[in-house]
Amino acid sequence: MKIGWLEVTVASIFIVIFLTLIFSRGSNWLEPKFWRNAAIFSGVIMTIFLIFLTFDTHRYINMGGINVPEPDVINNKILYVYDDAKGYYVPKIEGQEGFFGKIWSKEEASALIDKGKKTIQSRNCMDCHTLLGNGAYYAPDLTKAWLDPKWEQLIMPVVGKSMKEEAMATWLQNPDKYPTWTRKMPNLRLTPEEAKAVVAYLKYMSAIYTNGFPDHFGVAAK
Amino acid sequence: MDKLYESQKLAIWYFAVAIVLFGAQLLFGLVGAIQFVNPDFLFGVLDFSIGRMLHINALVVWLLLGFIGAIYWFLPKEFGREVVGIKLGKLAFFILVAAVTVVVLVYIFIQIGPGDWKTLWFITEGREYIEAPRWADIGIVAVALVVFYNVVATALAAKKITGITGVLIVDLGALFGLYLAGMFYTPNISVDQFYWWWVVHLWVEATWEVLIGVLMAWSLMYLLGSSRKLVETWLYVEVFLVFGTGILGLGHHYFWIGTPEYWLGIGGFFSALEPIPLVAMIIHAIYDAGMHKLRTANRPALFWVFAQAFGNFLGAGVWGFMQTLPQINLYSHGTQMAASHGHLAFFGAYVAANLAVLYIIVGELRMKGITPQKGVKYVLDSKAWRYAYVGMIISIIGMTAALLVAGFEQTLQERAIGGSTWQAYIDAQEHPWFKEAMLWRLGFGVLFFVSYIILIYDLLTIKPKPVKEEEIETELGAVPEKA
Ligand code: HEM
Ligand code: HEM
Ligand SMILES: [Fe+2]
Repeated sequence: MKIGWLEVTVASIFIVIFLTLIFSRGSNWLEPKFWRNAAIFSGVIMTIFLIFLTFDTHRYINMGGINVPEPDVINNKILYVYDDAKGYYVPKIEGQEGFFGKIWSKEEASALIDKGKKTIQSRNCMDCHTLLGNGAYYAPDLTKAWLDPKWEQLIMPVVGKSMKEEAMATWLQNPDKYPTWTRKMPNLRLTPEEAKAVVAYLKYMSAIYTNGFPDHFGVAAK
Repeated sequence: MDKLYESQKLAIWYFAVAIVLFGAQLLFGLVGAIQFVNPDFLFGVLDFSIGRMLHINALVVWLLLGFIGAIYWFLPKEFGREVVGIKLGKLAFFILVAAVTVVVLVYIFIQIGPGDWKTLWFITEGREYIEAPRWADIGIVAVALVVFYNVVATALAAKKITGITGVLIVDLGALFGLYLAGMFYTPNISVDQFYWWWVVHLWVEATWEVLIGVLMAWSLMYLLGSSRKLVETWLYVEVFLVFGTGILGLGHHYFWIGTPEYWLGIGGFFSALEPIPLVAMIIHAIYDAGMHKLRTANRPALFWVFAQAFGNFLGAGVWGFMQTLPQINLYSHGTQMAASHGHLAFFGAYVAANLAVLYIIVGELRMKGITPQKGVKYVLDSKAWRYAYVGMIISIIGMTAALLVAGFEQTLQERAIGGSTWQAYIDAQEHPWFKEAMLWRLGFGVLFFVSYIILIYDLLTIKPKPVKEEEIETELGAVPEKA
């Protein structure tokens, strides 16, 4: 079943008003009782709707759900392309290209993604960067960082690696050594395994369907 | 004048720690503001991420401490009796202070750890606003349960429930309960952020908003002698509007994190209505003040109540509304626009509320030791509070305006034109509009800190002054109309 926003909106408001009026029969709208009922029903009904929508949303946001890929998506080639029907950019997951030169099994990929997420949390990445647009504003947004042209254009030559994954991992372990401008990223003492896992996480995150955010990533305005 | 309840003494401790943390919050904010101007400042010693984490965690913790203090202050007066289980309440306070101290020391000196469970349990969870490690989360929940028990047990022992305390109990249950939604780990960042917003949004835009509705209701009764029936009816209206718009308004954070498209409509619609309750709160404050012709015995507290009403409406209502429609948010999301809004909203809604209650407390405390004479009334007043008040308001507006310029420039240059890449980000940060804005923000930040120092001076020195009887209607520390 597909849920429509307008139906949810109208239904929730209607039910709150309806129940308030039913339960306040006989009392005037200026009385405390009327507004107490309104307060109770708006709190309860909106919470019920939120819980219902939460269950439905999980169909989209679980790994392997409608919008969020399985960890082994890191094996695939990922693109961000314009969708004419939607009017915005969507991730496009193509055939296998491997990751760090190999194909990762489901279990291996899950373990790597888990490590990547824990590493990202343990280094407080979100307190400088935004991920999916949330976090701090001292450093670039990482939602589609895997697809950033800078890796090919600048980082690969500078760190001297011909494989993008390796260049990213090298840079992430020594960001203070290869500054890109006046504001340097501090050295967060990532181990080689942690750096690999973080790169995997960035690749995985770039495959999440985000309703078009960030708009035309990597493509400057015409 | 009556003696203080033990609960009120506890309230004073809570506020004392809160105000110190407020100062710490500002210092770490200044570090971040300097780093925007000169990135080498404390690089490798106290990196931006660490200072920022301390800035916003100190903010959240001190505001919560203030709220709890306010509850412990008003509760015994509301019920006319000592709070039940106050010994336990004091124990919880010391545990909380000890835990906060340890967390802060670990943040400053250990900062980060390897990517494993140990780090999440003992150093940081790395999730903005709720970075506190898991052990501390559990401690916070335990303390919250004690506070909740104190409130409920006191109501039961007093065998009565007022409209205000009824709302308070339901709201506290929801507020503390929501914290649990932020206490789990998942490798799935979409699920992670989905529930992370249950804490962040459903706190500041639902449960905290209702909580300050409660605190402002009490404050208006104490400051202006407003009638209980009026105050309580308004409180119900506010709860109706806040929950009616704010709960599904949560959807404005579900536009771009992997969540289904219907959230664009639901989140956009309900969050666009979120300013309505904030307008209701302004009307309430102005109406009550007008009814009583501003004849309060506690001027700083009443003025902070006004700052609260307007600041909440402007900071949360107007600045939030600006970026809440998905068509706008697609480009403004994750820029300094959010920081602009975050500063004015937190200040207007919650800092101002805490300061209003704090002045109510100070007013009553300083009346002790004064033997009232016939025909003389006392007003809490000084010059210093005016400087602190005006200084803080000017500097928060200044910072908000600077960040608005920076955020709008980022929205256009980095997102709309540049396509949000690494280089687009750098270009937008190097733009003269952005760099100038960061200088202005730093300047106003310093002014804010100076105002804070004046505030501290005033809180320590302000005294009730005798005035002629007919000028005021209320008394410092008098108990308003009973339920
Ligand atoms: C006192 C109440 C409020 C406070 C304290 C507050 C605070 C904040 C803060 C701190 C953020 C940034 C979160 C982050 O770090 O990512 C934020 C984001 C946001 N707020 Fe509020 N807010 C309040 C009320 C509102 C209201 C009433 C609205 C809508 C009318 C609103 C709309 C938004 C939007 C759309 C964002 C997301 C910005 C983005 O996409 O990056 N807020 N709020
Ligand atoms: C001395 C005054 C202050 C200075 C210099 C300052 C500076 C800063 C800086 C540099 C950031 C990081 C923004 C970024 O990631 O780019 C920040 C974030 C924040 N500050 Fe402040 N701040 C000050 C006062 C305050 C006050 C009084 C409040 C609350 C009432 C506050 C609430 C916040 C919040 C909620 C955030 C997170 C915003 C977001 O994520 O969108 N700050 N501040
Ligand atoms: Fe929100």
